[in-house]
Amino acid sequence: MNDIFVLIEHRQGVIRDITFELLAFGRNLANKNNAKLTAIIFADNSKKIIDKIKTQADKITVIENPIFKDFNAESYQIALAEIIKKENPFITLIGHTAFGMDLCSSLATELKIPFTTDCLDVEINGKKLSVTRQMYDGKLNVKLQLQENDSYLVSLRAGTFPAEDGNLNAEIEKIESPISAEPDYRKFIEYIEVVAGEVDITKSDVVIGIGRGIKEKDNLDIIDEFADAIGGVVGCSRPIVDAEWLPKDRQIGSSGKTIKPKLYIAIGISGAFQHVMGMKSADTIIAINKDPNAPIFNEADYGIVDDLFKVIPVLKNKILEAKA
Amino acid sequence: MNIIVCIKRVPQTAEAEVKVDSSGKDIEKDRLIFDTNESDTYALEEAVLQKEKFGGSITVITVGDEDSEETLRIALAKGADEAIRIKVEDLDELDGFKTAQILHKIIKDMDFDIIFTGCLATDDAYSQVGTTLAKLLEIPHASLVTKIELSENSADAYRELEGGLLEHLKIKLPALFTIQTGINVPRYASLIAIRRAARKELNEISKTEFGEMKSNSFIEELFTPPVSKLAEILSGNPDEVSEKLTGIIKEKGLI
Repeated sequence: MNDIFVLIEHRQGVIRDITFELLAFGRNLANKNNAKLTAIIFADNSKKIIDKIKTQADKITVIENPIFKDFNAESYQIALAEIIKKENPFITLIGHTAFGMDLCSSLATELKIPFTTDCLDVEINGKKLSVTRQMYDGKLNVKLQLQENDSYLVSLRAGTFPAEDGNLNAEIEKIESPISAEPDYRKFIEYIEVVAGEVDITKSDVVIGIGRGIKEKDNLDIIDEFADAIGGVVGCSRPIVDAEWLPKDRQIGSSGKTIKPKLYIAIGISGAFQHVMGMKSADTIIAINKDPNAPIFNEADYGIVDDLFKVIPVLKNKILEAKA
Repeated sequence: MNIIVCIKRVPQTAEAEVKVDSSGKDIEKDRLIFDTNESDTYALEEAVLQKEKFGGSITVITVGDEDSEETLRIALAKGADEAIRIKVEDLDELDGFKTAQILHKIIKDMDFDIIFTGCLATDDAYSQVGTTLAKLLEIPHASLVTKIELSENSADAYRELEGGLLEHLKIKLPALFTIQTGINVPRYASLIAIRRAARKELNEISKTEFGEMKSNSFIEELFTPPVSKLAEILSGNPDEVSEKLTGIIKEKGLI
């Protein structure tokens, strides 16, 4: 079988976790299907990246050029399309990350190859490819069969596959960049860090997370009182920040903060995977939600299925009593 | 500034029970509430805000069945000037790639400076339509945009990356932007505006005029995700569960 390609993702000089997840998944897929795994690095300077991944692929193709210092979906798309056209890999794996989401669809459309996004699994059956992914806010999984082709492109969900050490010794191939300048219609300017607020939710042992279930901004008072009682800080899922009820630096999840407190209490949070990615490493997770099917109960250690407005005031008093 | 906004009517499933129907390839829809896809409402609001600043007109387009007319009328009530429905009665055969091809067929002959789409449809969750459409139209794009500043021929777009980091890009117009939730606070349509929009004419185009188009993929089956772990659910009234939970928290030395 032709090669399996994995696109290496890095940002501000650091290899992203998704890279190691893709490499581990790609290696397993390559082993199962008797294929070679090739990692593709676009960078201004690739040495450090090569050192960290050289045991994880059969081959590393390096395209070094100052234009690849920072990610630009258009530069990557033009260059990667050339390489895929020439090498014709059976499948190219990209992370379903902010970078991957900007690149994947336009790359596949340029190449006129079947593609799909945000996959949890990939199965190769002869020349056929099927994938598992989620629909309807993560409530259902779907198995999709892609249109049969010689080459496919698939993006994989971050945080789904464990990274694994490798024992390979990759052959390194350096190739000229197919392009020498960023396209003039899309220029990378800079990265802008999120402004830090007064509360750092990553530093607290106890974090209370709130979501859509709190319904109205005024109900934040009930949560603040509860947080004070238990000695925790208040974070939230995306909808609360979108509604501007709490500032961006309180958001827990892939596009917000990643927290590892001793205790995390999710209140009125359904548990979208983006949120789960930011809190799944908490030591103890408690979820309070009136929907018994909320995905958050698949992450929590303990759950209460009830109306949060009935439970929280009582729980607050019990906590205060226990502390007294 | 002439702006096109692509919107979609989707079932609201975040807080609903979602069941697979007897075909095994679709969901039971009769008890679900449908509304405009969440990030599309932010895309529309962004268009209205930009129109208020720069003038011009807004055209909303949807690929959908007859029920989608309601979605278009709400958009008209919120500030869109024109609405187009590309008639598709069997929505199940659409994947993101096919939807983008259909949109391309109509948009390629339109005059526009900017296209806004939502960054993700909550039903099929592909995040494909906007970025695929941009490529088909051969215009630049930026996805997951949480802030945008327009000038005559270009836009400063800010993309949201993991960890809350923003990627600042300069993009030449015409261009397509997929809008992330939280970029603005979408307005509600007033009752008067809704009544006025109800009388407006919608443009309808049949998909069959565009000829056959290929999907990228076919649904084999839908199923409930396997559960790897399930919380120990505490039972009882609020008093009882609070008592139990306080005991657990205390035992773990967390208070």
